[in-house]
Amino acid sequence: MGKQRAFHVDLSGCIGCKACQIACQDKNKLEAGSTWRRVAEVVGGHWVPLGGQWHTDTFAYYVSMACMHCEKPICCEVCPTHARAKRPDGVVLIDQVKCVGCRYCEWACPYGAPQYDASAGKMTGCNFCEDLLAQGKNPACVDSCVMRVLKFGELEELRAKYGTVNAIAPLPEAKLTNPSVVFTPHRHARLSGEDAGLDVTVDKRGAK
Amino acid sequence: MYPEDTIAKILKVTALNRRSFLKWSAALGGTAALAGGGFRLLQTARSAEAAGTPEDRVVWQACMVNCGSRCPLRVHVRAGEIVRVETDNTGTDEYGNHQVRACVRGRSVRKRVYNVDRLKYPMKRIGKRGEAKFQRISWDQAFDTIAGELKRIKAAYGNEAIYIHYATGTLGATVAKSWPPRATPIARLMNCYGGYLGHYGDYSTAQISAALPYTFGSTAGNSIDDIENSRLVVFFGNNPCETRMSGGGVTYLFREAKKRSGAKVILVDPRFTDTGVACADEWVPIRPGTDAALVNGLAYVMISENLIDQHFLDRYCVGYDESHMPPGIPPNNSFKSYILGISADQTPKTPRWAEEITGVPADTIVRLAREIAMTKPAYIAQGWGPQRQANGEQTARSIAMLPILTGNVGISGGNTGGRESGYGIRVAAFPTLDNPVKASISFFTWSDAIRRGPEMTATRDGVRGVERLSVPIKFLWNYAGNALINQHADASGSAKLLANDKLCEMIVVIDNHLTPSARFADLLLPDTTNFEQNDIAPQGSSGNMGYAIFAEKAIEPMFECRTIYDMCTEIAKRLGVEREFTEGRTQDEWLRHVVEATRQNLPNFPAFDDFKTMGIFKMKNPDGHVVAHKGFRDNPTTNKLTTPSGKIEIFSEQLYQLGKTWELPKGDVITGLPQYTPTWEGVSDALRGKFPLQMITHHYKQRTHSTYGDVAWLREAHPQELWVNPVDAKVRGIKPGGRVRVYNERGQVELPVKVTSRITPGVVSLPQGAWYTPDSRGVDQGGCANTLTVYRPSPLAKGNPQHTNLVQVEKA
Repeated sequence: MGKQRAFHVDLSGCIGCKACQIACQDKNKLEAGSTWRRVAEVVGGHWVPLGGQWHTDTFAYYVSMACMHCEKPICCEVCPTHARAKRPDGVVLIDQVKCVGCRYCEWACPYGAPQYDASAGKMTGCNFCEDLLAQGKNPACVDSCVMRVLKFGELEELRAKYGTVNAIAPLPEAKLTNPSVVFTPHRHARLSGEDAGLDVTVDKRGAK
Repeated sequence: MYPEDTIAKILKVTALNRRSFLKWSAALGGTAALAGGGFRLLQTARSAEAAGTPEDRVVWQACMVNCGSRCPLRVHVRAGEIVRVETDNTGTDEYGNHQVRACVRGRSVRKRVYNVDRLKYPMKRIGKRGEAKFQRISWDQAFDTIAGELKRIKAAYGNEAIYIHYATGTLGATVAKSWPPRATPIARLMNCYGGYLGHYGDYSTAQISAALPYTFGSTAGNSIDDIENSRLVVFFGNNPCETRMSGGGVTYLFREAKKRSGAKVILVDPRFTDTGVACADEWVPIRPGTDAALVNGLAYVMISENLIDQHFLDRYCVGYDESHMPPGIPPNNSFKSYILGISADQTPKTPRWAEEITGVPADTIVRLAREIAMTKPAYIAQGWGPQRQANGEQTARSIAMLPILTGNVGISGGNTGGRESGYGIRVAAFPTLDNPVKASISFFTWSDAIRRGPEMTATRDGVRGVERLSVPIKFLWNYAGNALINQHADASGSAKLLANDKLCEMIVVIDNHLTPSARFADLLLPDTTNFEQNDIAPQGSSGNMGYAIFAEKAIEPMFECRTIYDMCTEIAKRLGVEREFTEGRTQDEWLRHVVEATRQNLPNFPAFDDFKTMGIFKMKNPDGHVVAHKGFRDNPTTNKLTTPSGKIEIFSEQLYQLGKTWELPKGDVITGLPQYTPTWEGVSDALRGKFPLQMITHHYKQRTHSTYGDVAWLREAHPQELWVNPVDAKVRGIKPGGRVRVYNERGQVELPVKVTSRITPGVVSLPQGAWYTPDSRGVDQGGCANTLTVYRPSPLAKGNPQHTNLVQVEKA
């Protein structure tokens, strides 16, 4: 059994530029509307009038995310054709022959990671850029990161190096699926589940 | 060239789509709809891929746009098509020897090259100007027409009637570049033919570029990586994390340098920018156009609590106090007198005074003043947003007062209060010869020069080289630029002006895409992208590392596109100046010439063929970090500044005199001291009764100005939205995600709204650069900020005040 592959994202330095998202679309030939990697913007805080002027505790951070290749991948559980399966090395793949495009996995995934390709009628998603890994290279998103906050490696090694945080608001609590990911939190990051009052944007708007 | 059947397929598809392609809406809305089927090339390539054609060829290229960075791209080419875009992969990517990684825009360039709105063949206007009704013509017809019009206009009006417009759509190369216009092949062509009306200044930096040299003799700043040596960083509207996102550029260096020094970062900005998100420890929200008032409040505290660097002020500066004034200036004109209220206005610039104007609470001002004065070295810098205002010249010089008062100029870890700088390699230039026409205008006043050229004078309109223009602009070159309509102020005013073809008689537009400006062409010529020709991008700068990129031709010219050098050569032939223009060289031969000329002064610069193989050549600054005015700081007697006094001129006698001699519109001032100057459509304008919100127009991650505005990936990642504070949204019944109408007396824009705490109450921001798309009612559905901006040149620079706007917003 291979070791679980995973991403590490240092959210303290993510500027929300989405170079990772576009590099992924470019490498994997995805048109607008299909984003295997996405970046959520999280904004919190209030404006309060005090002594005649506005005061604020506004904060914001970004969360770059792709398929979490979860330890308990709910997408595999719900897939009626067994198209989705977790390989021994932990990569959750979609068998393009078996997939019938029913979109159950998309509905079930708490991260909204599986992406539907309407032209093919199939689900698609991150495979860590397997072809690049085979050439000894990094996934496309990792080498695109202008702030060098996106890394790829074996989950255990990443945990040893960067800690074990794998849930940050607005993402769900880790116990649902045990995502194979390591986050270094932003200084303003909120815990999963403590996202009341946060303004979260994961957009697919403007693509038209 | 591509195989004929491929071209035939492309043109067939094009013909089918051309009807809608030429409508306003199609310039934007059509893109996504057609992207799938519009380019048969993609399908050709996919089938080739399936057939197992040879491996990709990887070609070094560059993203040649006007962001201030210059990113290398490595494009994968298969069967004549770019199929993937990577970036710098050289070295170990350790800070200091880092890769220059392209940002989100450069990564998407494939979708710009293969965009359905690519111009395909030469066209001439057949409808009214601006209607965008064109007819296909041959290249010979196009060249003959241009040469004929140049001859006619030269004979009728003289060369001063020929204008090369400000344009930055292809920027950073050696030959095929549109900026600066005086360094383009078109400038060389015109200089061979008697010259053209030139311009000075630019839409990015007009006010600071005009003002700061009066203080320091230049706009120099310390390199961004010198923040390694700072203890405090104060940014006024400086936002590298959105404006300079290159991963070898300022964004990355800033964060790395901050990590190393642990400097606290204070961000003064109306928006909580991504620079704030990733790098700031404190955000000080401020009302637009009031930075100078904040500086004054800070200065008041520093002076009254004796926190200033008196030794620095005495030794290096003119005009701080009454005992260091230029001779002949009446008393009470020093900076200290102005701040303490001993000056003519009799107004002490107390923190309470500043609070009323800026919205920054007085106790915050007191705290910041102490912190800034007592934490050294402090890297105090401004971006170019604060200066792009009606009072931008005053703001730029005022912000520089903080490092001057605290003695942070000329030292490592400090800065001038200007923008950060970096190191660049001195690569030789493509020579464009001397312009025989001496007259030039401010870049911003071209629309006045069309309307009323001969009325424009040196002291009223900032005309240079002559006292008065002799003729209006009659022939306009617009090569790779979108400032005819989109990026110039008052888009609909520009449209009306240009629609009259009795004023400017000939507009030649050369571009890759059907931009809003291209729609106003009389002749519309399809340019190759930089991916379709060889060139050199010489001026890469990443802190104290400079680099040059060999941008190799990756694909054949698309459709009937030709290079700018080729076009100019053909026109030169018809004007009888081909020999003077080419000197017998092709574009590639010029590139060889430039490389050889570079090697004369820089022997370790690679030879042409080696450079082509390397793709990128990097070189560290032998002197380490750039420290502006270090020599002056070390010895002000032997290393004088280039100001008239040789010192830092807090009080500029030159400006004092200009303020007395120039003819200025009522309310506009030029003053010897940097002062807070309330302006029209500023925070205190009575017009706020009708249009209560201040509107700024921030640079946006989707685009570099208007470039990349037609790329669906980027429109998805970073949609065009109006930023509105929840407080302002609530009273207007505006809900997140809805559409709003933004309007003032100049125009209306409808677009989606982003209700966010990341912008100050009373302020909205409409990201600049989206493509002007008026509907049948004249309401802009494209989200172009300049639908709402005003054409009114600033006092000194005659520059663009595009962040000085009052608007109202309502639910659409």
